[in-house]
Amino acid sequence: MTLFAIFAIAILALLFGALLGFAGIRFKVEGDPIVEQIDELLPQTQCGQCGYPGCKPYAEAIANGEEINKCPPGGDATIKNIANLLGVEAKPLNEAHGEADVKKVAYIREDECIGCTKCIQACPVDAIVGATRQMHTVIIDECTGCDLCVAPCPVDCIDMVPVKEDSKHWRWQLDSIPVKQVK
Amino acid sequence: MNSIIDRIKQNRLWDFAGGVHPKQFKSLSNKHEIAEVGLPETLYIPLKQHIGVEGKLNVGVGDKVLKGQALTHSTNPFAVPIHASTSGEIVAIDEHVSAHPSGKPETTVILKPDGLEKWCDLSPLSDYQTLPKATVVEHLCNAGISGMGGAGFPTHIKVGSEKPIHYLVINGIECEPYITSDDRLMREHAWQVRQGIDVLMHLLQPEFAIIAIEDNKPEAIQAMQVACQDADNYLVTSVPTKYPAGGEKQLIEVLTGQQIPKDKHPIDVGIVMQNVGTCFAIADAVFAGKPLIQRVVTLTGKALKAPQNVWGLIGTPISHLLEVAQYQAKKQKAPRVIIGGPMMGFTAASTKVPIVKISNCLLVPANKELPLPQDEMPCIRCGACADACPAGLLPQQLYWHAKSGELEKAQAFNLADCIECGACAFVCPSNIPLVHYYRTAKADIKIAQEEKEKSDRSKARFNARQERLEREKQEREEKRLQSAKAREQAKAAREARNQTQEVDNASQEASPQSAPVENKSDKVAAAIARAKAKKAAKNAQDDAPATNSSEKTDDNRAKESAGKSTPEPTTGQSKDERVAAAIARAKAKKAAQNAQDDAPATNSSEKTDDNRANESAGKSTPEPTTGQSKDERVAAAIARAKARKLEKEQAAKEDANKLTAETASVKEKPAPKTEVTASQETPVKDASTPKVTQKPSANETEEERQKRVAAAVAKAKARKAERDKAKAQQEHQNNSSNSGEH
Amino acid sequence: MSLFMTSSPHQHVKRSTATIMRLVMLCTVPGIAAQTYFFGWGTLIHVAIACTVAVVTEACILELRKRNIELAIKDSSALLTALLLAISIPPFAPWWVTVIGSFFAIAFVKQLYGGLGFNLFNPAMAAYVALLVSFPVQMTAWTPPAQLAEQNQSMMDIISIIFTQFSEEGFSVTQMRAGIDGFTMATPLDEVKTALNHNQTLTEAFSAAQFTSINGFNPWTWVSLSYLLGGLVLLQQRVISWHIPLSMLGGLVVIASVFYLVDADHFASPVFHLVSGSMIMGAFFIATDPVTAATSNKGRIIFGASIGLWVYIIRNWGGYPDAIAFAVVIMNMAVPVIDYYTKPKAYGHDKQRTHSLNNQNGGAE
Repeated sequence: MTLFAIFAIAILALLFGALLGFAGIRFKVEGDPIVEQIDELLPQTQCGQCGYPGCKPYAEAIANGEEINKCPPGGDATIKNIANLLGVEAKPLNEAHGEADVKKVAYIREDECIGCTKCIQACPVDAIVGATRQMHTVIIDECTGCDLCVAPCPVDCIDMVPVKEDSKHWRWQLDSIPVKQVK
Repeated sequence: MNSIIDRIKQNRLWDFAGGVHPKQFKSLSNKHEIAEVGLPETLYIPLKQHIGVEGKLNVGVGDKVLKGQALTHSTNPFAVPIHASTSGEIVAIDEHVSAHPSGKPETTVILKPDGLEKWCDLSPLSDYQTLPKATVVEHLCNAGISGMGGAGFPTHIKVGSEKPIHYLVINGIECEPYITSDDRLMREHAWQVRQGIDVLMHLLQPEFAIIAIEDNKPEAIQAMQVACQDADNYLVTSVPTKYPAGGEKQLIEVLTGQQIPKDKHPIDVGIVMQNVGTCFAIADAVFAGKPLIQRVVTLTGKALKAPQNVWGLIGTPISHLLEVAQYQAKKQKAPRVIIGGPMMGFTAASTKVPIVKISNCLLVPANKELPLPQDEMPCIRCGACADACPAGLLPQQLYWHAKSGELEKAQAFNLADCIECGACAFVCPSNIPLVHYYRTAKADIKIAQEEKEKSDRSKARFNARQERLEREKQEREEKRLQSAKAREQAKAAREARNQTQEVDNASQEASPQSAPVENKSDKVAAAIARAKAKKAAKNAQDDAPATNSSEKTDDNRAKESAGKSTPEPTTGQSKDERVAAAIARAKAKKAAQNAQDDAPATNSSEKTDDNRANESAGKSTPEPTTGQSKDERVAAAIARAKARKLEKEQAAKEDANKLTAETASVKEKPAPKTEVTASQETPVKDASTPKVTQKPSANETEEERQKRVAAAVAKAKARKAERDKAKAQQEHQNNSSNSGEH
Repeated sequence: MSLFMTSSPHQHVKRSTATIMRLVMLCTVPGIAAQTYFFGWGTLIHVAIACTVAVVTEACILELRKRNIELAIKDSSALLTALLLAISIPPFAPWWVTVIGSFFAIAFVKQLYGGLGFNLFNPAMAAYVALLVSFPVQMTAWTPPAQLAEQNQSMMDIISIIFTQFSEEGFSVTQMRAGIDGFTMATPLDEVKTALNHNQTLTEAFSAAQFTSINGFNPWTWVSLSYLLGGLVLLQQRVISWHIPLSMLGGLVVIASVFYLVDADHFASPVFHLVSGSMIMGAFFIATDPVTAATSNKGRIIFGASIGLWVYIIRNWGGYPDAIAFAVVIMNMAVPVIDYYTKPKAYGHDKQRTHSLNNQNGGAE
């Protein structure tokens, strides 16, 4: 009787083991998509304010347990999205890495530019065009507003200009609507 | 297909789902003929008056223009020009409050009328039937005609289509309450509308033209019937009054019993719809050559003493029209002007807002007429909104999701199919501004999509750059190895030669400076070495234009080549100086880059042309001639460079210390944070420049870098602290409550 | 001059949530009047108790939840809930039954779920179910019509009964409930159920005193017809749509007819089922509560018909004589599923309605 019990349990163990093994192969998750998913959520400004050299490295770091609140350009929205993705609590933005700010783009005061190319080298997304001793200019559509070109400029001719909201990018803030939510 | 026409002829129409019956108030304004109003003092003509893009300006400030003269020209299929509404002088081209719900300023031509109303040369196309279709279409485009009913879709695109068209639907529904501009236009100018339809019929060649008019406008129906009685395939149809029967999709459903498939336009299924106002403008453009410079505007609402329809010049500020209609300020507690109807119109931001091609109505309600928004109550799921929705949506579900920012779920409930007609909010017993939520959500979705696209692009560009830098680093490394190999061989050759010389006990001095070499084997060895070195140098130069060497490598290699003092650079002294200068520059740059504490180490690569040139110069052209003095000079240069570097570092350090001290006084915990950041920084840099650590100076460099990083972080902190302090002070001054930040 | 900016639509219908609630309450007046006429003042007293408790409870909880009390009370939704609960409670039930029920409806069923619009269950019916399960004796103490009662039922008697369980003259509830023939009175549904359980036929059951008609109908039928009147006014005013009441009554009639045709001796006629108990009141006033009903028209029909079916099933084979509350609460649970499967097709998404235009351009021309 004891033997039978042991036998039965062994058989069951084998069966379930096989089942689990099969499931492991059948439902295998390809690759390590979590980094990709986090990277998708980051704003891709490549500004490095998080302390990592770009958004992808920060995404990898988050996947390895780094705090999720180090991305000022993404702000609370990004933190919320990452928290949702990872199933963790959303935290307020860590201000040591900078504050969430309005969207900005770099603007080069072109008459002051001496053509040193330093900003070109600093730009993580190649959004500045120009050549040695030629005036440089920013491709506004490609600029991520990362701020990295401002410091290298020897003549301080780069300004970060807030992006002006036009009617196409207006979010229907009719401030005078006195709508109060009653709950 | 013919069954559709049969049914229309028997007036057995279909119905669309939902819809509401708001009170009409049309009799307020439809009693009088369309009146002419005098010229306003100034006309504000916005460049962009329709969906699409604006044209390019033809005129400048100070130009005198004639009535009907084009102010812009079309550069893009989606652009239609604008025209001077009267003769006068352009006093400015500037940002001006726009006829958009946001009121955001847009580029506007500001025209001062001279009162002469002098027309420019007009070129009618009365013989349009004999002209090629493209000519007529272009003429319509140049006349600035865009849809005058709703969004202002450029008319020439609709009529220029090559797709087969079965029905031309002329939309005279005007389902919004209050508005009577199309009603009056059809009553008074039915024949001209008919002429416009003729032009459209010629261009599109449909089988039938269906002129659909709501049954609350019997006079208009009659007028159009009279105007169209001679044409068999013109069907003037009376449509039951229900809002929003005038919506393009809804009207098609009423007429054909079928819906436009999602993701398709009416034109894809052989239907083109035009507003009666557009037909009138087309007739004006074709038969009189007049561009679109005026339109019928309904002035209505109980805060106006003389509600009526008027011919409003494009660009007339609404204040002028309010005067005409005798606006009574005391009837409005909160001054409010609605442009468009009470269901879909938007409130003007100021009385300077100009009339544009799509402004069909100015509604100025008295206090109790259209009450201001009430307090929003909770949704009781009564489903009245779903019953009213003409698009078959579930407004309350959309509302939950739009309100809580769950944009994806809102999209899953077909938010994009919402036509923002306002029927749901109209019936909502809880006063929920549903449409407002949808519009906000739609704007958010649109902006999020744009941002996503942009971030994808940034990512791609960043990755491409990273790849390029990596590739260049590798190439550089290879090149360095090659040149090192060449140098070693050259050295071997030299040693061999020296040995030979020793063995020979030659009388001549055995110094490397002695250029002439007698020994044959010497010569051969030297020649081989030279050739190899040259080749290496050549490789280096070939690579150079495409190469970005890492700054570190740069600097080290320059040092290396200089320190080894092998061959003499051909250009001698100046080259050396330039090497030194390059090194100094490189150091400076490094310091500058490190100033941004977050700058990735990989960014420290350099690709300045002159650096590269110097570098190759420093290494190249091995001439077996004397190099002692040169060596000295190079050494001096290095020393100079090092000194500069030290100086710089010192300065930076001091700076940092100072700032750190400052920071400490302002902020409580800058120091530990700085350390943390620095130590975080270091390994990254370390990993990305592994070559450096092999050098004897590696430790030193590491320390320096750490220091610099620390300094930079401290600087950043200090800056922030300063900002905080400033903010705090300001807050203090403002006497406001604590920000909670400290 | 800068202008005031608001979002479209600027025009609105003038009917607010509060208006709707008050209209519904107004439409219960004929029913309540009939109930009072036939069953004494008890109903009115319970209504008063329930309304007071509901409003006080709502105000207290809103205060705890730090919400705007004034606006929420003004919408009258708590009053309506209390009213509907009170007219379902037997007139002789003790006062604390109503107090508990009213408190439970507002505090637990409504506010703990998030307040108006967020509750999953119909507050009045959920509270009724809770009371029926907890206090079966008190909750089934229906009285004979006043005209048939053995004891006199003055207003003071009723008040005394409700608060002390004894009338002014010292009769107990049981004594008060006795009919002229000396038997304790129950509702017709009770009577039928009991009779069937005792293997009597329906014909025998219908001979009982409850079925004595007054002015042409029996009292319970009169009450039902009065509620029907109110319900029709609601329909006419478009406060409710016809879908739920009609499908609910229809569902009951269909299944009742089937069984009646098969075995008329053991299954009562559809008409009996329609006018008995609170079927009519439930169909027009209870199941149509917008918060807890399905939202699309198709969904409403499914919702209503299912309630009709449940009512019949529970009446015939369940442990309770009437079943409106149970049926409604059961179907409240199914509402999310119904809503999910009855989503309307958005414009242009329905292949049936787009095909002919779609084919036009691909076709002969």
